[in-house]
Amino acid sequence: MNNLVVLPIVLPIMTGIILIFFRNQIGLQRWISFISLLFFIGLAANMVQLVYVDGIQTLYLGGWLPPFGIVLVADMFASLLVLTTAIVALSCLWFSFRSIGIEREKHYYYPFFHFLIAGVSGSFLTGDIFNLFVFFEVMLISSYVLIVLGATKIQLRETLKYLLVNIVSSALFVASVAFLYAITGTLNMADLSVRVAEVGQTGLLNVVALLFLIVFGLKAGLFLYFWLPGSYSAPPTPVAALFAGLLTKVGIYAIFRTFTLIFYHQPGITHEIMAWMAAATMILGVIGAIAFSDIRQVLAFNVVAGVGFIIFGLAAFTSASFQGAIFYLIHDMLVKALLFLLGGAVIGIAGTSNLKQMGGLIKYHPSLGWMFFIAGLALAGVPPLSGFIGKLLLVQGGLTAEFYWITGISLATSLLILYSIIKVFMHAFWGETKLSPKEEKGSEKGLLAPCAVLVFLSFALGLGADYLYPYIEVAAETLMDPSIYIQAVLKE
Amino acid sequence: MKTNDVILQTVTRTVSFIILLFSIYLFFAGHHNPGGGFIGGLMTGAALVLLYIAYDIKTMAKVLPIDFKNMTALGLLIGVSTGLGSFLFNVPFLSHSFGYFYLPFLGKTELATAVLFDLGVYLTVVGVTMTIILTIGEDNE
Repeated sequence: MNNLVVLPIVLPIMTGIILIFFRNQIGLQRWISFISLLFFIGLAANMVQLVYVDGIQTLYLGGWLPPFGIVLVADMFASLLVLTTAIVALSCLWFSFRSIGIEREKHYYYPFFHFLIAGVSGSFLTGDIFNLFVFFEVMLISSYVLIVLGATKIQLRETLKYLLVNIVSSALFVASVAFLYAITGTLNMADLSVRVAEVGQTGLLNVVALLFLIVFGLKAGLFLYFWLPGSYSAPPTPVAALFAGLLTKVGIYAIFRTFTLIFYHQPGITHEIMAWMAAATMILGVIGAIAFSDIRQVLAFNVVAGVGFIIFGLAAFTSASFQGAIFYLIHDMLVKALLFLLGGAVIGIAGTSNLKQMGGLIKYHPSLGWMFFIAGLALAGVPPLSGFIGKLLLVQGGLTAEFYWITGISLATSLLILYSIIKVFMHAFWGETKLSPKEEKGSEKGLLAPCAVLVFLSFALGLGADYLYPYIEVAAETLMDPSIYIQAVLKE
Repeated sequence: MKTNDVILQTVTRTVSFIILLFSIYLFFAGHHNPGGGFIGGLMTGAALVLLYIAYDIKTMAKVLPIDFKNMTALGLLIGVSTGLGSFLFNVPFLSHSFGYFYLPFLGKTELATAVLFDLGVYLTVVGVTMTIILTIGEDNE
């Protein structure tokens, strides 16, 4: 028993609840939010270290032993993601102070921000598949509010689409859980794993596995990403950055969890399909990214392409590719949030998101420009930065698994991602300066500090990979061998 | 012709009390019989909605000066706090306990901490339903 495991969920929920009472004291709301998230980061870092030293931490809620009660499980994979979530959340929150506007802040922006974080960290930590659904809903309902808050025309339109897609996929999630429960008679993930291994993953269970792949694919934007580019370009910058950094990643985490812990017996069916879905996601995502000349669209399609990379690591199913996928996932959360924040700052200054109408920003905004450049290189995977090692391990794992074609596709995709980001950089920052400082629509004042934190972390992840590697190794080991997880939860 | 809701208002005065009583009965019945915080909260919400229909929002704001948004938050706070109590007693989060006590008038009574959690659910449900209905009702555009 370790009550520490529940704190990453309870802390943001409590903060959100308390903030509801201080609706009109914006200053107080900001301070409480900021301090709570700082505390959250400390807590998550502490948890990562604890899991590294003492092994997987579990908490049986209410003292009921699994498979009867709900169990919270903090293994290394989940703890690392909770820590990354905390960091992304802090920089998005910091960015919000200057950019979100007082009207939104008065309409419960910060409470919903915290509820979203609670939903995300709850999804990472839970060890029960129905509880996973509940935390998905906590996260999604908060995201519905955050995406529509402000109620501009484009937000209302995109919220409707986003809402419909997610309601359908949630209904499908419940149906899949019902099928799985009818077959196995349990909801606890460790117990599910044991029972699926006992009866053998045949016929019906394969169908259920594919249903889960569709559900989580819809949430993660894996091949079924049609809703994503529109929804992610509607909300204001810090919200879009939070979505890009966290929401699809929860879907990815759920795919990892279900297909390494429960449905790992028939990789010839499930993982083969996953590999081709990942390849298609990479290709289609990157085609979108190079096709558009609108910053928001370019970045949103880059989110899609990133999903393909990570799922490719899971489909290859080797320990190198798992390590690569985990490394890339952490890097991707940080860098996608960073790119959305920087892109938002550019749009704020230029007053438009159309690349053809801006230019020469680097003359008056050199630090913004170079940070965007570094973020672009990190995303493409240029060596000293964070994207490199993840991709290297992914390629290595892909070649070991003899996925030659798909590995080739992933390398070509990296090149095109670099092209799409550099295109944004060249159009926005180089060329003739179109706006003098007086004509600019907004300022970057106070917006660069949170971005600088993320740029620093991208460097730190790239250069300090040696220090992070042992943690990644532990995480990948737990994913490769489900018996470690089952032992920790069921303690047989 | 002048409209007059005297019958509706008179009936509402009696009926809303019966509904309120029944909702509170349902709330306390939840531990051993069908009922609980959710249905109890919805019934209380129904009684309040009946009052809002028979009278109007301005009158009701004078009679019941409650901010339902804060009521929701208070319910959530109570719900989460019952879980937080486990940190004090060093037991797993959300552990509940119960005991038998001799209370005046009621005699031997079972008191469970799960009721406190249910109270949180009850307040949240009342708060949310009333917020939804009143927000739509006050929207004049």
